[in-house]
Order: sequence, then structure tokens, then C-alpha cells
Amino acid sequence: MGDSSEENAAGRSTIIDLLIKTFPDSASVVQERINWPAVRVKLAVLPEVARFLRESPDLAFDYLTCVSGIDLKDRSPRFDLVYHLVSLQHKHVLVLKVGVGEDEEVPSLVSVWKGADWHEREAYDLLGISFSGHPDLRRILLPDEWKGHPLRKDYVLAEEDKFAGD
Amino acid sequence: MAGLRTESLFLNMGPQHPSTHGVLRLGLTIEGERVVDLFADLGFLHRGIEKLAESRTYLQFIPLTDRLDYLAAMSNNLAFVLAVEELLEVEVPRRAEYIRVMVAELSRLASHLVWLGAFANDLGATTPLLYCFREREDILDALELLCGARMTFNYVRFGGVARDATPAFVEKCRKFLETFDKRVDEYEELLTGNAIFLSRTKGIGFLSAEDARSFAASGPMLRGSGIQWDLRKDAPYSVYPEMDFIIPTGTVGDVWDRYIVRVIEMRQSARIIRQALDGLPEGEFKAKLPRVLKPAQGEAYVRVEAPKGELGFYVVSDGTTNPFRVKIRAPSFINLATLRVMCKEALVADLVAILGSIDIVLGEVDR
Repeated sequence: MGDSSEENAAGRSTIIDLLIKTFPDSASVVQERINWPAVRVKLAVLPEVARFLRESPDLAFDYLTCVSGIDLKDRSPRFDLVYHLVSLQHKHVLVLKVGVGEDEEVPSLVSVWKGADWHEREAYDLLGISFSGHPDLRRILLPDEWKGHPLRKDYVLAEEDKFAGD
Repeated sequence: MAGLRTESLFLNMGPQHPSTHGVLRLGLTIEGERVVDLFADLGFLHRGIEKLAESRTYLQFIPLTDRLDYLAAMSNNLAFVLAVEELLEVEVPRRAEYIRVMVAELSRLASHLVWLGAFANDLGATTPLLYCFREREDILDALELLCGARMTFNYVRFGGVARDATPAFVEKCRKFLETFDKRVDEYEELLTGNAIFLSRTKGIGFLSAEDARSFAASGPMLRGSGIQWDLRKDAPYSVYPEMDFIIPTGTVGDVWDRYIVRVIEMRQSARIIRQALDGLPEGEFKAKLPRVLKPAQGEAYVRVEAPKGELGFYVVSDGTTNPFRVKIRAPSFINLATLRVMCKEALVADLVAILGSIDIVLGEVDR
């Protein structure tokens, strides 16, 4: 099975421990069941943590493979942004999670990983998460005049709207 | 000619353009024949597949994954199924793993063949297209024997595969592999030493290793730039560790490097299929699972080396029958983001070659 937890067990504790030691007030272990080592950090320190992960020679997370936004509807803050990070050099992986409130802006990570550009535009387009410092924050998949953000849980689908009485 | 001023011009390319391989629109700013800047306008094929996942059961979502990279649907099936299996924690029978590797590699061949034919066609060589589609036809015939479909397979299932590999399928694959290496020689004869092809592909569309990493390019795009990284070796899944094959890399990261990487990959895929056919164990082709699947609360990100690069599925389960969130990390989408840096100062005519060398499928870019 791919990316099993055992595979990364050796790297797991050290990376997470190092992060929590470096950012004692802002980083914590993720409690949920998740197949990669994961850390939750506070929104305010996200750029610092990102730069630290990329630039520390022992970590060298040079490859931001995926950024996913999730709408957790009833939870506060409402959204989670999930960054899946890989180090091509050390072959270890890490998940970085930040909670984002509805009115909060996320510092863009384009200056750390160029690939963050389109991921952030996608999260903006489909979930309505806003980013500060992004070079070109526009919708990417939907037309510019589109209303609403489909991946939000309270988004009303066209057919539901039409056949509300069904 | 002193005193003459060049003015930049905006040129629209697509969404209906034969060389954008689907409905992609590019907005080019050009000065004379040079591309100064460009932007990509996506989403013409957006069907909201990630949203659709939330109103379907896990099983019902598999056929939708066929509609992502529809030229290599088996890889999509496999990636999603592996992610859900990670949540379910099931043991997959070895026979099923071998069949999965076989179909994933057949998909890679089919995808690379379409790429090679279309790419050569973009550059003005019509013959390779006809040859490549001839071989692809054999692959589709074999897969049709296996699951009844030629492109939208819906074949890989949780715990195994939908149907067992029959002797007829094995026979068909062996027959195909008997001649395939010679066919690749033929393509290479037409292209690899061809002076026109060389002048159209060498020294254009550079992607530095640094940029490839920073953009998280993957697959032949990353390897073309000289980075030896293949998930089948570097984060192995299924029974790939038992297979013997090499990972080709380029040296400078131009269009030519990506071409040659894909050609070598085709030969390696044929090698893998041969090993899987020889080693195909007897036994079950599917593990027994409950009819109604409710993975325990949790989340998994699983990535496979699809023909176009790293295909990842991030699946979040809230313990019900439907996934809470499915995020698809589509390799074409990420790779396409590098187009802008690769086309800086390129000729408009070379743009077609550079775009072609990324190997995009809009079904996957737009999702």
C-alpha cells in the first residue's frame, strides 16, 4: 500500500518534534486519523513555518504537492487548508494544516513554492478562501462572473434550486 | 531600421484550437514572433467532479474518475481505490495487485502513444500518429477483453479488480508485447534522428530543475529536467518493488528531453507488463468487503505515478457512505502552470511544441 504510515515512521516523530520545539505556541500534533505525519499550525505563523520547512537542510521540503481546502461547516474556524509537502531529497512527507475563518485572509505561499499559485486560486474559486500577497488572485476554473463557491457545504446546486419542491 | 518601434500585440489562442488539445485558451502577449507573456484560461471542461463526489457513495465515484484523464483511466481508478483502501485498511490479493500493475502500465502505454502521435502531428509529421494509434488499438482491444470498455473502464475496485484476467487477455497482451519493442524502434527511426524533428524540439521550452521542483511538476516533466523521481520507485505502492525497471531522466529540461524520457518509459512499461504476466499468481482477484462501505472517520492522501505525473487523491471520510471531501491532485493541472516560464521569449511556432511536450488532458486539468 502506498505511503503507509510505517514507511515514514522514522521521520515522523523527529520532524513534528522539531516543529513543535521551534514554534511552541503555534504548532500542535494533529489528532485525526491521517496517513501522513501531520502538524496543525496557527494561521499567523504559516509563512514562517513554510519557510522553515523549505530552508532547513534536514527538512528541505522543496515540493508542495497539493493544497486542499475543506469546508467543515459547523466548526470554528470554518475552513481547513491542508498542505501536502514532500522532500524530494530526503523522501519524507508532511501534512501542514491551518484553520481559516470565514473573514480571515491566508498569507500566500507563492513566494516559498511557485506551485502554490494555482492551488490558491483554486481554493479561492471553489471555496472562497482569500489569500493576501497572491500575485494574481482570480477565479481559475469557474467563469469570473460566477456567483458563490461550489465546494462550500451550504452551496445550493442548480437543480436543487429549480426543483425545490421535489 | 533605427527608430522603428515594436508594439506588443495580444493574440488569442483557443479554446477551439487543434494544438491546445482540448478546450484550453491561451492569451498571448507577443512582440513580433516572440511570446513576451501568456496566461492560461481554464475551466471550459469543468464538471465539478470533486463536488459530485460528495453526493455519491465511494463505489459510485469510481466511474467518475474515468472522466479525469480519459486517456489513462486505469491509473485514475487505481489512485482513488488505493486512497479509499488506505482508509478501509484492506488486504488486497496478490493476483489483483499484479493485474492492477498490468492495466496501469497498459494505460501508460496507451497514454504515451496518443501523446507521441499527437505531438509529432503538431510538429507536422503525420505518419507517427497513424502508427501510434495502430498500437494503441491493440491495447484497447486487450482492455476491452478484460472489462468490456475501451476508455472508461470502471475496472479497479476496492479490494481488487472487477473481473479476473482471462487466458484470452493474457494471450492478447503477450502477442502485443512480441512486436511492441520493434514498433518503438520504428517511431524512433522516424523521429529520434530526424533533423526537422530535432530542430523543432532541441533547445526550446527549458524548465530548470529548480523551477520544476518549485512548481511541483511531476512525471516526465520533472524527470525531463533531470530529477530522478518516480513514485513507483520513490514511494512504492502495489507490487512495483518486485518489478525490475529503470527511470529515465533528461539533462537540460527542454522539449527533446521530455520526448526521449517518454519513449524510454514506453520500453520500460513493456518490460513491467512482461514481468507481471510471467509472475501472475493464482488466487482470488478481489477481497471480500461489506456491500455498504463506511470507512472510519479519517483522511488519506495517496499518490500514484500516472502517465502524466503524480496523481493524488485526498479523501476525507466522516464515517458515512459518501466521502466528505475528495480533492484530486491532477498532474496535468500542476504541470500546465509551468507553461508560462517555459514560453518566456519563445517563438509563437515553438509554443505549440512546448505546450505539446507537457502532455495535458483537459478532463483532468478542469475536473
